[in-house]
Amino acid sequence: MSTVVLDHITKHYDQGKVLAVNDVSLQVGAGELFGLIGPDGAGKTSLFRILTTLLLPDKGQASVLGYDCVKDYRQIRNRIGYMPGKFSLYQDLTVKENLDFFATLFGSSINENYALIKDIYEQIKPFNDRRAGKLSGGMKQKLALCCALIHKPEVLFLDEPTTGVDVVSRKEFWQMLKNLKQQGITILVSTPYMDEAVLCEKIALIQGGNILSVDTPDGIRSKFPVPLYAIRSDNIYQLLTALRKEPGVDSSYAFGESIHITLNEQQTNMAAIQQSMVAKGHTQLSMEQIQPGIEDSFIRLMNQAQPAIAWQRK
Amino acid sequence: MKQFFAFIRKEFFHVFRDRRTLLIMFGLPVAQIVLFGFALTSEVKDITLTVIDQSHDVNSQQLVSKIKSSSYFVVSEAAPGFNDIAGAFKNGTAKCALIFPANFGSDLQHRGRAPLQIITDGSDPNTAKTVVNYLTAITTAYQQEINPGKPLPYLIIPEPRMLYNEEGNGSLNFIPGVMALVLMIVCTALTSVSVVREKELGTMEILLVSPFRPLMVLIAKAIPYLILSLLNFILILVLAVFVLNVGIKGSIVLLFLESMLFIITCLSFGLMISNTTNSQQTALLLSMMGMMIPTMIFTGFMFPLENMPGVFQVIANLVPSHWYFLIIKAVMLKGLGFKYIWKETLVLLGMTLLLLTIALKNFKTRLS
Repeated sequence: MSTVVLDHITKHYDQGKVLAVNDVSLQVGAGELFGLIGPDGAGKTSLFRILTTLLLPDKGQASVLGYDCVKDYRQIRNRIGYMPGKFSLYQDLTVKENLDFFATLFGSSINENYALIKDIYEQIKPFNDRRAGKLSGGMKQKLALCCALIHKPEVLFLDEPTTGVDVVSRKEFWQMLKNLKQQGITILVSTPYMDEAVLCEKIALIQGGNILSVDTPDGIRSKFPVPLYAIRSDNIYQLLTALRKEPGVDSSYAFGESIHITLNEQQTNMAAIQQSMVAKGHTQLSMEQIQPGIEDSFIRLMNQAQPAIAWQRK
Repeated sequence: MKQFFAFIRKEFFHVFRDRRTLLIMFGLPVAQIVLFGFALTSEVKDITLTVIDQSHDVNSQQLVSKIKSSSYFVVSEAAPGFNDIAGAFKNGTAKCALIFPANFGSDLQHRGRAPLQIITDGSDPNTAKTVVNYLTAITTAYQQEINPGKPLPYLIIPEPRMLYNEEGNGSLNFIPGVMALVLMIVCTALTSVSVVREKELGTMEILLVSPFRPLMVLIAKAIPYLILSLLNFILILVLAVFVLNVGIKGSIVLLFLESMLFIITCLSFGLMISNTTNSQQTALLLSMMGMMIPTMIFTGFMFPLENMPGVFQVIANLVPSHWYFLIIKAVMLKGLGFKYIWKETLVLLGMTLLLLTIALKNFKTRLS
């Protein structure tokens, strides 16, 4: 049986004026490291709050560990760990006091589950007597994770744990999540960073309250329906403008130092595009077919779902 | 239970590590007592009095020296002309003028009656009335003095006494008022802010998701403020007794218990406010504006309720501090026992239970 189940969940805000979550259905298996990937305002936090029993859905049913999120909220609250997106520890309490307080609040103690947080806690232990408000961003997140873990939850909900954290700390953080997964804890994590998606076992791409796709990261990439090409030249901006006017090009967007394009019809030849660009005076052109990444899939799925609203990078 | 104590300990950390909270908590009562005790006194002292003596006889000079010897007046020695009075009033060098007509003494002795004009500055009616009363009293006393053994026929001599406060100590009235005001501000504002702060910080999300019951969150929030408010109450009492010389006539235990009841009323108010607001500013504004002004106006220690229109008297009955004020006055100043204040206590208790029920019922176990 799935640990987390969302069944046709819909949630509005402001008396139905704002649609936050639109008919979302998802399942997360026991012991999975599941990622909810989407930009800001996609509905990730709303889904987390519904699952952590903080919000009531307008429609649909949700359950965690077999308990209904509306009726059995008390059972769920005894069994989960939650780390909200905003840093939510007491700024005026020290590291140790925060940890002590949350351990006691969840009916546990630091010693009881020390093994679980040991790896993470050792890194912030030198700052035991420092107030939480004076910690660096990465250390705050580590402390928050310790506090969410200290009572050994069966399911862990992490809402954008790496937002605003430096690259090194982000890497460490994901390593910690992998270690936790090995202890059998089901982990739901949300992130706006596409590059973190591949670190999850399974991901759901979410945009505007809609789930675009649910699969393993490889599964999502392999579902990319058409060949994807990367083009470079010595003037990326002019190349992008020219490509957008090219009738044979279906989509084009800047991606790092190159431009990713897909073609309209299979018949259109990449060589024809290249010729056309050379004719327009673009120099040092190089192009190759590449493996689509999660971000490519996301952009394509999003454009399909909302063709009217152009993705800012297109 | 362990959770409960951990929570209370945490709450004390918050209070003791935040200078602003501490300042409101203990600075406010001291400031209020000092302000009301020394600055905002309603007693009148050192009134500048101008005397225009057109008769210059024994009687007028005897009366002036009597006035001089009282502590209420400072008689300006310069004897200005009749026309200078208006000027002296305008530039503030005189608050009051006393005019003896020519032949004051001979009229008094031969005709048995003599007029004496008192002019006061009516732009400050309270002071003006007090000044007239003082001068009338001094004149009456002088009249008795120069007529020894010659009782006037049918003379009625009122002998006023101010019971419970013979020496007219103004502190007596406002101490219970300040107690009501300070407890209201401290309990209501600080409690509501402390709950709302958790919402603002986002820690409320974690508290709600924890197995700790949401109702216990509220109760654990209130208890530290109950303890601190009781300390505050003791601080006010100590200041009242040792700085302002207000004696406590009734039972201290009764006073303490009644104050505890009122503190719980205020805490319930604070919790009620915190349930309906999401920002610290709103909570502070609501508790300060919504509580402080009605407390000041309708408690009865600043403006007498008896003179208010009926509607306002009804409203005053709905303000909890009004009942607390009555209780404290009865116990502290009159030394009355519980059997004289059980009705007021019952009203306060009823209000408390009602407010507490509303506060606890409305507490959300979810975010919205």
